[in-house]
Amino acid sequence: MCDRPHVITFDTLVEEFKPVVGGKCASLGTMSQAGLPVPPGFAVTTSVYADAKGIATDYGELTAMLRAVPVGDMAGLATAAATAREMVRRWPIPEESAQEIREKYAELSAYCGVEDVPVAVRSSATAEDSPDASFAGEHDTYLWVRGADEVLDKVRACWASLFTDRAIAYREEMGYDHTAVDMGVAVQKMVRPRAAGVAFTLDPTNGDRSGICIDSAWGFGEGVVSGEVTPDNFLVDKVMWSINRRVISPKTHAYLLAEDAIDFVELEPEQANRPSLTDEEIVAIARLARTAEKHYGCPQDIEWAVDGDLPDGEHVVLLQARPETVWSKKPHQVSTRKDLMTSIVDTLVNPLYSRKGGASGS
Amino acid sequence: MADRFPSPFDIEPPAGAEGWEELYTYSSLFSAERREYEEGGFWFQDGVHWPEAMTPWDVTFLEYALASLSQYNTRHYLIPPALGVDYRILNGYVYLSPVPVATPEEIEARVPHFLERAGYYFGNWDRLYDDWLVKIRELVKEMTELDVRPLPVMEDMEVITSGAGKGSGDDLLATYHRLLDLGFRLWQYHFEFLNLGYAAYLDFFGFCKQAFPSIPDLAIAKMVAGVDVDLFRPDDELKKLARLAVESGVDGAFGSRDPASIQAALGESEAGRAWLARWDEACEPWFNFSTGSGFYHSDKIWIQNVEVPFGYIADYIEKVKEGVDLNRPIAALHAERDRVVGEYRDLLTSDEDREAFDGKLGLSRTVFPYVENHNFYVEHWAHSVLWRKMRNFGEVLQGAGFIHEVDDVFMFKRHELAEALWDLYSGWAVGAPSRGPGYWPQEIQRRRGILTALKGWSAPPALGVPPEVVTEPFTVMLWGITSDSVAAWLQSGEGGAEGSLSGFAASPGLVEGPARVIFSADEIGDIQDGEILVAPLTAPSWAPVFGKIKATVTDVGGMMSHAAIVCREYGLPAVTGTAFGTKKIATGQMIRVDGNTGQVSVLD
Repeated sequence: MCDRPHVITFDTLVEEFKPVVGGKCASLGTMSQAGLPVPPGFAVTTSVYADAKGIATDYGELTAMLRAVPVGDMAGLATAAATAREMVRRWPIPEESAQEIREKYAELSAYCGVEDVPVAVRSSATAEDSPDASFAGEHDTYLWVRGADEVLDKVRACWASLFTDRAIAYREEMGYDHTAVDMGVAVQKMVRPRAAGVAFTLDPTNGDRSGICIDSAWGFGEGVVSGEVTPDNFLVDKVMWSINRRVISPKTHAYLLAEDAIDFVELEPEQANRPSLTDEEIVAIARLARTAEKHYGCPQDIEWAVDGDLPDGEHVVLLQARPETVWSKKPHQVSTRKDLMTSIVDTLVNPLYSRKGGASGS
Repeated sequence: MADRFPSPFDIEPPAGAEGWEELYTYSSLFSAERREYEEGGFWFQDGVHWPEAMTPWDVTFLEYALASLSQYNTRHYLIPPALGVDYRILNGYVYLSPVPVATPEEIEARVPHFLERAGYYFGNWDRLYDDWLVKIRELVKEMTELDVRPLPVMEDMEVITSGAGKGSGDDLLATYHRLLDLGFRLWQYHFEFLNLGYAAYLDFFGFCKQAFPSIPDLAIAKMVAGVDVDLFRPDDELKKLARLAVESGVDGAFGSRDPASIQAALGESEAGRAWLARWDEACEPWFNFSTGSGFYHSDKIWIQNVEVPFGYIADYIEKVKEGVDLNRPIAALHAERDRVVGEYRDLLTSDEDREAFDGKLGLSRTVFPYVENHNFYVEHWAHSVLWRKMRNFGEVLQGAGFIHEVDDVFMFKRHELAEALWDLYSGWAVGAPSRGPGYWPQEIQRRRGILTALKGWSAPPALGVPPEVVTEPFTVMLWGITSDSVAAWLQSGEGGAEGSLSGFAASPGLVEGPARVIFSADEIGDIQDGEILVAPLTAPSWAPVFGKIKATVTDVGGMMSHAAIVCREYGLPAVTGTAFGTKKIATGQMIRVDGNTGQVSVLD
């Protein structure tokens, strides 16, 4: 392993590289390492930015210019920031790194089976003395970027976003030196979902923690999240991985991609009434949700997608995970404080099992 | 949807079966005297144990079994909500009706007795079960020692010199009575533990359903089920014998399918004789194994139909030679059981719940060895011996011209047989003709005609008025009858959804394949690799075919039926208790079996 890697794919992004890729990439790497498949892609490390800084002829001028702006001079700061961004956009990317980025992008396109696969290019900043600084939303993200030249250009654009007005203001507020913040860049496949939706690691109808409840519809997950589309619903057992409930709804509309723009379109009845997921996909989503729950140590509410570009078996991706908040706060206590014999009598006299047969639970 | 099943009083006998009632005990028939009670009740056909029309003597074990089951519920343990399970025979088929305790007050009054009595058994289970194993072996030994002999021309001199004061006729009659007594005792023993075992299991089951409302039934079964179960032992013995044959180089003998030539070929070498010695060891008791439920005299028993186990061994020999590992993955099965238990336990949210879970699972596992093992001792081993002894009586009667075939002995009702033996004895004693030789052969022929007509009859799955909910615990456990299955029968009776069936999701997995519909053990040789077995029910001794098939669908049985247990063991999908599987599916049809949801669909 070379001392200063330039480009690292998310699935090989081990712990030791996290300081050199920035917060966003580190988090994608952590999820990937934990068996939570995020959309595939790679990190352009902060060393590429550092190298570019090193060979740039105008970096000294840039820092001097920023320091010269008096504190509180908002207009002056804005002018200096705009100039700084223009300077960075013109920096050459060191040839060796540029070549690696082209190669990794070509590999990603080949893996997805898509020529010049559309990617998101995201800033992933890191502060040397404050590795935990979040910089959430301070820097730029570019969606639907296609082609190696465009990717390289947007890498520079992410670097340049270190010098947006809000990023500069944030650093000053937090007391970070402008030169002490480095920029990594995440290049990540844009998800093109055949189906997408949400999953809860418990059954929201009754709080049953052995169930994983999946809502799914065709296309992008927006329709499911917003409630505009009545999704298919599946309940999967966390231990046995059996599908215990399936409700197929008429999914009359979907958010679909048309020429890199997303449209809300009406679907043919045949597709609307067809299950949006195969059994294998249902179980893969459930396993993904369960892995997230175990990784984060509490019930999760996740967003997922089935990406039609990715190879079978690897096409279920995690978009977002957050703690489930409704049922997690209510302990699901079984109402039995009786001794064993009394409980047996109760079971015989009030037989719960008699109310439904089979395992279908329907 | 209809709201009730046909009345038993509206069912006509099939053509040619007129007078069928004379073949069965008077008390086992629907009758005018009890019409009000019988018509108001719910009766389901027990295809789990008695899928075919019954010959008269075979009803003996039915009556012993149901009365003994009932006696423990009603009189021994005072199961609070449940009396026994009543039984009737209609057109030769068995209908059962669980009898509830009538009022909440009566239920309440039974509770303290139940707590004391059942509590004693649960508290002393291991010791009592150890005693049971001794008792049952002694009982089988006594059965085995029953000595049935033809009556001699004259008594031995020894009868004179010993001053016995009684003769061979006395022995013959007493031996028959003894056989009946031992059979009845067997069924008393059978239910000593079973009902309580199910009660403990149901308590754990109920807890799991409360904690995890969507938990699949089979997950609960999996947490409790044993890995080293006596019921798997006969199959394990076959595998061992197959391996031994290959290892010692005597597998060539199984090139023949004729048991006599196989045995002759084995007898020619030292290694072959060693193999036969090992075979003899395995036979007792493990090959006292029925190819059916054990409740029919016609069920084949391995040691008397050696071609059956030899055929399985020949199949296993092929697998051994192909390098297939026949060992059951014991360690993996244990690990999987521990995983399932551990994961559900971790999902409980309080220490109190985990404590309750541990207690109930612990008790279920204490009682389950009996639940899983008794079947081998009673229905297989002891019944094998009793059927054998009954055939000895058949030989005596055949020798005296009462019957043409040995198996005609099963065409007598059990008390008629005592009368026939009396007739035989009396004629022998007097030295004058018995009436039997002139009477029984044609009567038996008439009965055979009736039975043939009954066998062609399609028994409705239920009669009478369905209960609002099925509450009798053993009906659910033993027969897999639930409120849902009753509703499904009512629907199917009107045609229902064509081409689809639902039952218990007894073993998970989803497969498609060609169906093979099998009605009895005689047909299991027809099963081809990759087919889906569709049968009224399966028997434990069919285990070797589970290596060939892709899935199983049965008409009857629940989560704990043999098909369910064996399919889980073999990792095959199973849907049990579909009621109409063998009627709606034909051999060769492509079907889809979803063991996750309990759905079966015909694809073409």
